[in-house]
Amino acid sequence: MSYLRIAGQFIVIAALFVAVAAFSDWPVYRQIPHGSAVVMLSFVHGADRKAECRRLTPEEIQKLPPNMRRVQECPRARRPVYVELDLAGKTVFQASLPPTGIAGDGPSKVYERFVVPAGSYDIAVRMRDTARTDGFDHDRRATVALAADQLFVIDFRTESGEFVFR
Amino acid sequence: MIGAIRSVLRHGFELIERPFERLFGPALNPLSQLGALGFFFFWVVAVSGIYLFIFFDTGIERAYESVEYISRNHWFHAGVMRSLHRYASDLMVVMVTVHLLRQFAYDQYRGVRWYSWFTGLPIIWLLYGSGITGYWLVWDKLAQYVAVTTSELLDRLPIFGEPIARNFISTGTLSSRFFTLMVFMHIAVPLFLLFLMWIHILRISRPKVNPPRALAAMMLLALIGVSMWKPALSQGHVDLAKAPVEVGLDWFYLPLYPLTEIWGRGSVWAFLGAFSLMIGLMPWLPPLRRARAAQVDLNHCNGCARCAEDCPYEAIRMVARTDSLPFPTQAQVNSALCVSCGICVGACPSSTPFRRSEELKTGIDLPDYDLKTLRERTIDAASALSGPGRVLVFACEHGGGRQLDGTVRLPCVAMAPPSLFDFVLSRDLADGVVIAGCAESACFNRLGVDWTKQRIAGTRDPYLRARVPRERFAMIWTSALESRRVVMEITKFAREIGKLPRPKLRAPQTSTVPAQSAHGPALTEMGSAE
Repeated sequence: MSYLRIAGQFIVIAALFVAVAAFSDWPVYRQIPHGSAVVMLSFVHGADRKAECRRLTPEEIQKLPPNMRRVQECPRARRPVYVELDLAGKTVFQASLPPTGIAGDGPSKVYERFVVPAGSYDIAVRMRDTARTDGFDHDRRATVALAADQLFVIDFRTESGEFVFR
Repeated sequence: MIGAIRSVLRHGFELIERPFERLFGPALNPLSQLGALGFFFFWVVAVSGIYLFIFFDTGIERAYESVEYISRNHWFHAGVMRSLHRYASDLMVVMVTVHLLRQFAYDQYRGVRWYSWFTGLPIIWLLYGSGITGYWLVWDKLAQYVAVTTSELLDRLPIFGEPIARNFISTGTLSSRFFTLMVFMHIAVPLFLLFLMWIHILRISRPKVNPPRALAAMMLLALIGVSMWKPALSQGHVDLAKAPVEVGLDWFYLPLYPLTEIWGRGSVWAFLGAFSLMIGLMPWLPPLRRARAAQVDLNHCNGCARCAEDCPYEAIRMVARTDSLPFPTQAQVNSALCVSCGICVGACPSSTPFRRSEELKTGIDLPDYDLKTLRERTIDAASALSGPGRVLVFACEHGGGRQLDGTVRLPCVAMAPPSLFDFVLSRDLADGVVIAGCAESACFNRLGVDWTKQRIAGTRDPYLRARVPRERFAMIWTSALESRRVVMEITKFAREIGKLPRPKLRAPQTSTVPAQSAHGPALTEMGSAE
């Protein structure tokens, strides 16, 4: 085998491996612009049921199979959760979040990201999860300083019924 | 549309195949070993992965530290293994991608080849699943990015109740159990991958699952070299309080991840679905119309099994005899697997044009291009030759000689039994014979070139008889683009044999029996082989 051929083989294989090594971590990918932060609104929360539990009449109970008789009927379906988010006085997100599940009895969920320049922001979040048609059941507002690359999460704790900023 | 893309790709491959074949030789040409190299890199990944697992800690806090420890403190063995693991998996993606494109370019995915093509699709998915789960385990910034983006993609599907991505947006939501799960997945998915790789080659006769040792050694040395030169390193510990804004992406495994930002997650899923659907349906878009499958003539089959041995598609098997002839087995063709390449016809010892029977028959034959027709076309083509240095060319319909006039075209040159070349020279139909097949490392029917060479060299039955003067014989292996080279080599060969003395005819042609041909000149059945 001639030296020229060996050199050619070396060049081809080296080119392949150098390309593989290079593209295994280059070029660098930047997800958000320099000097930006991410505000994330994410929670899982089940709103009230669409209807209250209702006491069954004796006739209705009698009609049920003996092993399935109960005194109350509680509809499973939940209401949607309505949520609004303001950043620096501007509403950036408002949505009626439908319940999950085939029967519509699961919790509503949201997972939204907002990329903003780093800086100080008035953040306000409001939520309605009952039958009321105006006003909100939960809300929180605060002024936060967002550093570059910071991930600021707005969550909701169902147990305590309050928004959490972290 | 698909045909046009295929044609462009084929031209591209043929342009680079020849230089590669010259540089590495047909046996070591990496382009003809893509599948085998894919297997090779899989084993490198498996062995290096097992080695790394010895040092890896699956604890949420210790995972990153253990990877750093092997990369910094034990770089000379475990660190190198980590790099081998990374680069071999990247190379597997390269091999799979080029292999897929090459099979498409050479139209080796339709007809009976649908099975290997179709089973290649889940291999792609599992390969990416293996790589992506691996990146999670390092638990560096890239792992965070991969974890978040993968979860967001999965959350787009209506199958998860609570968004999985929420696990990666704050500290304290993950436990070591998560890493145990990821380790399990990173082992289970590659095991499924290996299983599917086995399924993928089930219908291939003599599949290439190991590259030649010299090529494997070259690749391993290069892998070690690149691992020392640019070791795979982590990109800083995960910080869930910060967005993983800048990461060095592995563009072989994660090219679609940035697109989730640009296109949206739904569009990425739509793209992946459309890609998979298209790949899955391609063997039938449009379906390949092949000639009818080979048929066995039991009266001429002695159950020697040469056809079954030579079939590249596992389309022939030997079964118990069903007639009264005194042989234990007979050949049976599975028409669902037969591509009508005719290699079995060339392998059958009954396939000899010297046969005296009025109706030329053989043990296994192509209904649409039988041995009798082949002999007639040979005689026709030879009758047009004149002058000194008459060269009869047997051309593969996929090689450089496919468009030359006056040749005997074949679906594969291995369809021509060696006795046919003997017939041409001993009957003085031509002064020389040229076999113009596919490029050596890109044989359309996989084994046609090898079998032809071995038959001519006398190392594979049925072989070319010793009496055939080898100086009157030439083999040219070229791609479809190299028709000019074929013409040049034929011309050169014709000049050379024109200078040779006239051979003494061993089976002189007479004119006592008319040929069966409707086109060819009279043929006399004299002499020889059978």
